[in-house]
Amino acid sequence: MRPVTLKRLAWSCGLLLAVLLAVVLVALKLGAVPLSVSDLALNLGRVAIGRSAQLPSEYRLIIFELRLPRILLGILVGAALSVAGAGFQALLRNPLADPYVLGVSSGAALGAIVSLVAAPHLTTLGPLVTPAAAFLGAALTIAAVYLLGRRGGQLDGGTLLLAGIITASFLSAVIMFLMTTLSGRDLRGMAFWLMGDLSTPPPPSTLVRSVFVGGILIAVGAIYTTAADLNLLLTGEREAMHLGVQVTRVKLVVYIAASMLTGLAVSVSGAIGYVGLLVPHAMRLLFGPDYRLLIPTSALGGAIAVVLADTLARTIAAPTELPVGAMTAMAGAPVFIYLLRRRLR
Amino acid sequence: MSAAQATASRAHPAGEGAGWGPGEVRLNVEQASYAYAGEREAPLFTLEATSFQARQRELVAILGPNASGKSTLLRLISGALAPLSGRVELDGAETNRLDPRTRARRIAVVQQESSLLFPARAWEYVLQGRHPYRRALRFETAEDLAIATNALAQVGAEALQDRWMDKISGGEKQRVILARALAQQPVLLLLDEPTLHLDIGAQVELLQRLRQLAQENRYTVVVVTHELNLAAEFADQVVLLHRGRSLRVGSPAEVYRQDLLEQVFEAPLEVEIGPAGRPRVIVQGNRSEDAGG
Repeated sequence: MRPVTLKRLAWSCGLLLAVLLAVVLVALKLGAVPLSVSDLALNLGRVAIGRSAQLPSEYRLIIFELRLPRILLGILVGAALSVAGAGFQALLRNPLADPYVLGVSSGAALGAIVSLVAAPHLTTLGPLVTPAAAFLGAALTIAAVYLLGRRGGQLDGGTLLLAGIITASFLSAVIMFLMTTLSGRDLRGMAFWLMGDLSTPPPPSTLVRSVFVGGILIAVGAIYTTAADLNLLLTGEREAMHLGVQVTRVKLVVYIAASMLTGLAVSVSGAIGYVGLLVPHAMRLLFGPDYRLLIPTSALGGAIAVVLADTLARTIAAPTELPVGAMTAMAGAPVFIYLLRRRLR
Repeated sequence: MSAAQATASRAHPAGEGAGWGPGEVRLNVEQASYAYAGEREAPLFTLEATSFQARQRELVAILGPNASGKSTLLRLISGALAPLSGRVELDGAETNRLDPRTRARRIAVVQQESSLLFPARAWEYVLQGRHPYRRALRFETAEDLAIATNALAQVGAEALQDRWMDKISGGEKQRVILARALAQQPVLLLLDEPTLHLDIGAQVELLQRLRQLAQENRYTVVVVTHELNLAAEFADQVVLLHRGRSLRVGSPAEVYRQDLLEQVFEAPLEVEIGPAGRPRVIVQGNRSEDAGG
């Protein structure tokens, strides 16, 4: 017997943290303006010892005002989407569940756009209305997909995925319709956002930033508290109940928290697809299927994946930038097909 | 003394102290009934008032044809359903009113089918049985591991410990599932058609094991089964259900009457009493033709 221990959890997370740190350094170095490793090390060193005043202004701009905020956003969005995916997989007992595939991201995007169309001039509360509307959109969509995915009172894996994909396509049509009314806005920027994009500048107000960061931390924490229950939920609701799981409460927590993670991520970065599918599966291969390990490793793995994908998106066709969602979809769609085929066999 | 007895004594922390000695009634099903809601007012299926009592070390078999209410009765006993009238009590407490964790520490349920979404090894499966004892955000303790190892040993499945659940035979899988139930350290063990998909050798082995576990661990065992002869051989009590009514409750010799069984199972059957006083059921394939000619 080799059950999950605190030591194993610490080792796995430590390993992933080291990888994340390396990826962050690479992401800081690469870009339209190349920085040498020694310059980067020197300037990071200056900040580390508290001498940020000595920073040359161009480095301050590139590292701390352009690249680092984008990397931090990528870390948060990646963690949010991966944990949401792992949560949805247990909630729906479907290994192919992912916020993007299930249409939840589209629902969140529609919520965000509706808020922009309906209340474009709310200056003080505006930045908070959009994430709230995205959360609402996500929560309503997953409820609809859940109801549509049932056959004869039972949740059916194939029907559920089909319901999600059709819902996503319907919601995209509504989004396209609404976008035509946003005449004054940059449609290209909007299209990028819809594909999943981290180039939008982070919200300026500290309140909005703390709501965003706090919301993601709380939602990830809430899902983590149910991790042991989710292991049992995967064997079936009735069995989980007989083993002492409060099934309704656990499902409600995961439903709300995963919708919140999707809504928050989509409201800042659009629909970055397949992260919630790819990362938990990769983490299961590396560290095993136990959710007590899977939730924290997925959060870190998602951060790594999105920062890596965004760095590729920024540099692969430099100086042109691709939306990060295009990168994740290029990697994710084939894996989705592979997992689907393997399951059907 | 032995590890098995150690498990058994831990399994009953409140056993004697609460005044439920060996002779006392442990499980009391008293006029319990249930109805599944239909589309309109009329219920889809009704289980009429059913009563029986079981003591520790007793093995009760619930018998009856398909759709006679066996699984419903088992779900009432497990506390998953609340009876429409009457009550189901375990050591004096109504099972459907226990909170899920307490219930999972007292009652273990082995279901007909157990599916896994992601592959798991046998030991991971057995450790799931420790869930009701685990505190939030904690990992398994050394005690949990010892109890799981011991549970595997009690069902003779130590060698299966590191095997994948989807790569072992039906009989082996059934033993691991039973080990998970033992790891819950229950006082009441419920099994829903555990012999389904097992060959006759594995069926006999399973019933012998349940018999032995009831003795050693002082469990009360309730098993839903289609196997009339296995029930007759191993059960202390039989509850015979037919179309949602409990027709008779008693020892196999009391319940196994030819006319009653023929009426319930709608098949030509013959009952004879074996050397140990336990009845045996023999299927009479050609009798209706003989009678007709």
